[in-house]
Amino acid sequence: MNSNAASSSTANPDAAGSPDPPAPRRSSKRPKYSKFTQQELPACKPILTPKWVILTFLVVGIAFVPIGITSLLASRDVVEIVDRYETDCIPVANRTDKVAFIQSNASKTCTRQITVTKHMKRPVYVYYQLDNFYQNHRRYVKSRNDEQLKKRSKTSETSQCEPEDTTPDGKPIVPCGLIAWSLFNDTYTFSRNKRQLTVNKNGIAWKSDRDHKFGKEVFPSNFQNGTLIGGAHLDESIPLSKQEDLIVWMRTAALPTFRKLYGKIEVDLEENDIIDVILENNYNTYSFSGKKKLVLSTTSWLGGKNDFLGIAYLTVGGLCFFLALSFTIVYLVKPRRLGDPSYLSWNRNPGGH
Amino acid sequence: MKRYIYINDDETSQDLYCANRLSNRKYTLMNFLPKNLWEQFSRFMNQYFLLIACLQLWSLITPVNPASTWGPLIFIFAVSATKEAWDDYNRYLSDKKANEKEVWVVKQGIKKLIQSQDIRVGNIVWLRENDEVPCDLVLIGTSDPQGVCYVETAALDGETDLKTRLIPAACMGMDFELLHKIKGVIECPGPDKDIRRFDGNLRLLPPFIDNDVCPLTIKNTILQSCYLRNTEWACGVAVYTGNETKLGMTRGIPEPKLTAVDAMIDKLTGAIFVFQIVVVIVLGTAGNVWKDTEARKQWYVLYPQEFPWYELLVIPLRFELLCSIMIPISIKVSLDLVKSLYAKFIDWDYEMIDPETDTPSHATNTAISEDLAQVEYILTDKTGTLTENRMIFRRCCIGGIFYGNETGDALKDVGLLNAITSGSPDVIRFLTVMAVCNTVIPAKSKAGAILYKAQSQDEEALVHAAAQLHMVLVNKNASILEIKFNGSVLQYEILETLEFTSDRKRMSVVVKDCHSGNISLLSKGADEAILPYAHAGQQTRTFVEAVEQYSQLGLRTLCLAWREVEEDEYQEWSLMFKEASSTLIDREWRIAEVCQRLEHDLKVLGVTAIEDRLQDGVPETIETLRKAGINFWMLTGDKQNTAIQIALSCNFISPEPKGQLLSIDGKTEDEVCRSLERVLLTMRITTSEPKDVAFVVDGWALEIALKHYRKAFTELAILSRTAICCRVTPSQKAQLVELLKSCDYRTLAIGDGGNDVRMIQKADIGVGISGREGLQAARAADYSIGKFRFLKRLILVHGRYSYNRTAFLSQYSFYKSLLICFIQIFFSFISGLSGTSLFNSVSLMAYNVFYTSIPVLVSTIDKDLSEGTVMQHPQILFYCQAGRLLNPSTFAGWFGRSLFHAIVAFVISIHVYAYEKSEMEEVSMVALSGCIWLQAFVVALETK
Repeated sequence: MNSNAASSSTANPDAAGSPDPPAPRRSSKRPKYSKFTQQELPACKPILTPKWVILTFLVVGIAFVPIGITSLLASRDVVEIVDRYETDCIPVANRTDKVAFIQSNASKTCTRQITVTKHMKRPVYVYYQLDNFYQNHRRYVKSRNDEQLKKRSKTSETSQCEPEDTTPDGKPIVPCGLIAWSLFNDTYTFSRNKRQLTVNKNGIAWKSDRDHKFGKEVFPSNFQNGTLIGGAHLDESIPLSKQEDLIVWMRTAALPTFRKLYGKIEVDLEENDIIDVILENNYNTYSFSGKKKLVLSTTSWLGGKNDFLGIAYLTVGGLCFFLALSFTIVYLVKPRRLGDPSYLSWNRNPGGH
Repeated sequence: MKRYIYINDDETSQDLYCANRLSNRKYTLMNFLPKNLWEQFSRFMNQYFLLIACLQLWSLITPVNPASTWGPLIFIFAVSATKEAWDDYNRYLSDKKANEKEVWVVKQGIKKLIQSQDIRVGNIVWLRENDEVPCDLVLIGTSDPQGVCYVETAALDGETDLKTRLIPAACMGMDFELLHKIKGVIECPGPDKDIRRFDGNLRLLPPFIDNDVCPLTIKNTILQSCYLRNTEWACGVAVYTGNETKLGMTRGIPEPKLTAVDAMIDKLTGAIFVFQIVVVIVLGTAGNVWKDTEARKQWYVLYPQEFPWYELLVIPLRFELLCSIMIPISIKVSLDLVKSLYAKFIDWDYEMIDPETDTPSHATNTAISEDLAQVEYILTDKTGTLTENRMIFRRCCIGGIFYGNETGDALKDVGLLNAITSGSPDVIRFLTVMAVCNTVIPAKSKAGAILYKAQSQDEEALVHAAAQLHMVLVNKNASILEIKFNGSVLQYEILETLEFTSDRKRMSVVVKDCHSGNISLLSKGADEAILPYAHAGQQTRTFVEAVEQYSQLGLRTLCLAWREVEEDEYQEWSLMFKEASSTLIDREWRIAEVCQRLEHDLKVLGVTAIEDRLQDGVPETIETLRKAGINFWMLTGDKQNTAIQIALSCNFISPEPKGQLLSIDGKTEDEVCRSLERVLLTMRITTSEPKDVAFVVDGWALEIALKHYRKAFTELAILSRTAICCRVTPSQKAQLVELLKSCDYRTLAIGDGGNDVRMIQKADIGVGISGREGLQAARAADYSIGKFRFLKRLILVHGRYSYNRTAFLSQYSFYKSLLICFIQIFFSFISGLSGTSLFNSVSLMAYNVFYTSIPVLVSTIDKDLSEGTVMQHPQILFYCQAGRLLNPSTFAGWFGRSLFHAIVAFVISIHVYAYEKSEMEEVSMVALSGCIWLQAFVVALETK
């Protein structure tokens, strides 16, 4: 803006023809050199040549197919017996109005017979399975208070538990909330050849839940005392950490069809054994027409029965083989020179871009 | 609204108009917070995020902890508020500096030094040489007896030449003392922003001379931010002050430049928003229906029988919150962050450091790097941009003898040196013209060396060359000029200077040899302005040939001539010249006419050839960028021939058989129209041929074309890949940029001087060369580079990488948000459409911050192709120009990808853990890790 618009230089007859270049200023204006600032960090650039691609697909296929087969076999080894009982356990006379029956005081004891189809190695897990039951419903899943479950001092902490937070006269309900309130209360007793099979109900909940999430000094109080009775009652002398049915129930299921562990039978069951089940059909799934099922299952090294994993592995592995094969065919039938510039878009149709 | 300004009247005008306090600030201390928040919230995105954050405070509907939205929101707001505050503080500081500058002002009849902000309308302001004008003034006095003063208006209109300003006739001849006491009334219009117009009149009050009304024009004013030059002092009456000056009215806050990529991201965000609303409405309605039909039967949910009025809204709002993560809140911040990193890469780049001055390149505007890759038109200045703007005297032709043809440097030509020592009269005369006929001012430095101050680089080169050929201009003292030649000192008295104008294309001086008393006229100028005026007997053919030969080499030529003037002739002419100089109407034209009467019968001495060397690597750069599909336009103030020569030598246009140069000329509307039609016709025919067709247009024809035939000219602009516009003004340069922008082309303007500033500011991207014409262009530009050849690297390397990275980063941000959002949506189908969130707040936060934001930063240093490959195949840039990496269809690809990935992740996570046995937390964790793996896989796959 000032006079630097007009240039100035020295007139020195001895100097060369051109005006001197400005004296180099080796100042700190030059930024510091580093590989990062110059964007010269080392990098690897794998080029996807046909051979590499085919090889990669082959390797993936070779790895996945055996895994798939093994897991499918493991899943097939698991013996699973499912007995659906919600309709059969209602007396024929009451079947027109099941909800009224389940809400009445009539005896709801019911006997079922289960035939073991295949040898079952112990431990045999006993599950109950509910259907069309939305444990993941937004109103339901949030209706609990973890602080209250954990610490005795937080007994009166019942936020988020409404409408099952306090009794009408304002005493806090422990454990509060809809989840605990709707605790499953069907019971099963098993016998084989008139001899009772003990169901071990210890250790059915997660250890971490027992130890850390449910307090040893927190005892149920004011539970199921209201006008609306939901599900099971709890023994007020047993701390929450020992109420394993509750702990299992409170681990909410992700899907509306879910299965929860009831107990373990610690003996082997032989093929064609007939097991008598005496069950108390107390729980109301009739108002929303939900199914109830009793499930006996063994486990394999992969867990319970689950074909999905094996099938998924087999599918992906098979797909990889297929791709490897088709790429090979393409590569052999119509090979293309790598880095051929004539394939570049501006070479293919000159002019247009 | 008219203004009546009472000169030097301290009472009446005191409070009528604002004081001369500049204020460019946007905020004050008090209104900063509300105003800044208001501004931030006037942006749609921010309103949206605020609404979401507020909704989250309602615990009935919030799926996650409100802190997960409030935290980032407050952070983002704090960051942009801090930036604004800092900018505003800097503006405050620079205002303060200007406001507190001290100036001499007459108060109560006494000259006082006061702060610039206390100047009032009507005050008389005194300025000294090289002072900056503090407000708009009407001149009333100068040190020059003829009432002329010189101002530099570069800051106002970008023109670097000095302009003359006159004092109004009524004040002519007033002496120093009288000016302190002057009283009068100026009538002028209210403030406006037209810097070429001022229609007022002045009437001095009775004690002073006459009370006739004297008209005032823009010629009688000096405007704020100009500099007083070559004039000892000047004084004027303040007419407009503070923010009401002509400059203040023109100044607007420069609009923030929005890149094409930004615009596209905004568009895509809008699309996602619409999608989100659709999802919310559909799911919300379905949720309400499901609630009324099914959820009532689910006794364990304990839906109350009666519900408040807003019950119907609860589920849709829950879905709105669930889906709010579709639009990543962090996208603006992370894009700003990576963009400033790109800018830093430019600043850091070693290969873009000017080797001469060691100045690194600099990105002033950090937000527009990706636009560099989408440039379609480059508008370039010539002098100083393509060339070095370092004029060097290379060759000459004196009296038909060529010097410097063998060595390429006349200063080392033995023949010339011998001619000087032997005292050949033609050669001596030639050197005298070189040394005398100019406006160069010699100044002695402390060390004793002579410094030449010149307005024109050509003159400086000539004086330098003369000095090296032993004809040294030593001193210029008032009208006496001293020259040292071979040890003897020659003195000349300059009688008149016949100034250079672009119409006359020559300048002359009338000098009197103090020794002999002979008067002679020395002239120099363009060949077409000198050779026709040669005296009848002289053969000018050799000179025409010389000019031809030199311009073939891209050299700038000047013809030198002289003639002796008789004393009588001079006296007679001098009277006419004086009269012409003091006319008010058509003065320039009158002077030109009078000059013509003296400048004839010249004896042509010879031709000088000055080289303005091309910068290194200019032809290569232009060729490479041309291959990359970028069109070049050259806009220069220089004359047509030189422009074409330079254009040829730097690959701008191809010579005849391959290329074709069409010219649009004409002085009248009709001529221009016909010429334009003809060129257009040729263009249309030749578009199919692989021929480089370019057009040349000069400023005058351009003016007419832009005014009357805008449509035809626009069509021409679209058809033509190359254009040379010569003799254009700064505002025409800006108009051309505007024209190309209006056709939806991305433009880049590059220049080095004050006259390029407007074009640089107008263009989508402005690049300034920190060259010899000062730093104005570099300061106004978005990028400043040291040499033209760095443009190649700037566009092909930095621009392209930035575009690729931003394209990836922005789409990836949407992808990862959509991925997790789709899973939430799928989950809602199996959770009774009640709006349960599968993921908890911590997972969501961690996903957004740790798992997805940090790894992807790797992509900001990703290179898809090596720099060398891009430089070798500049055609790769077509991809970026066409926006192939970020457009609705690529985005649809990413959208589909996230949908597909979400389906896979969801199906796998609910099945892998034996469908019925899945528990919420387990599914949530499996799904989350699935998402993390998937997005990490995508990052790994996409970065090369």
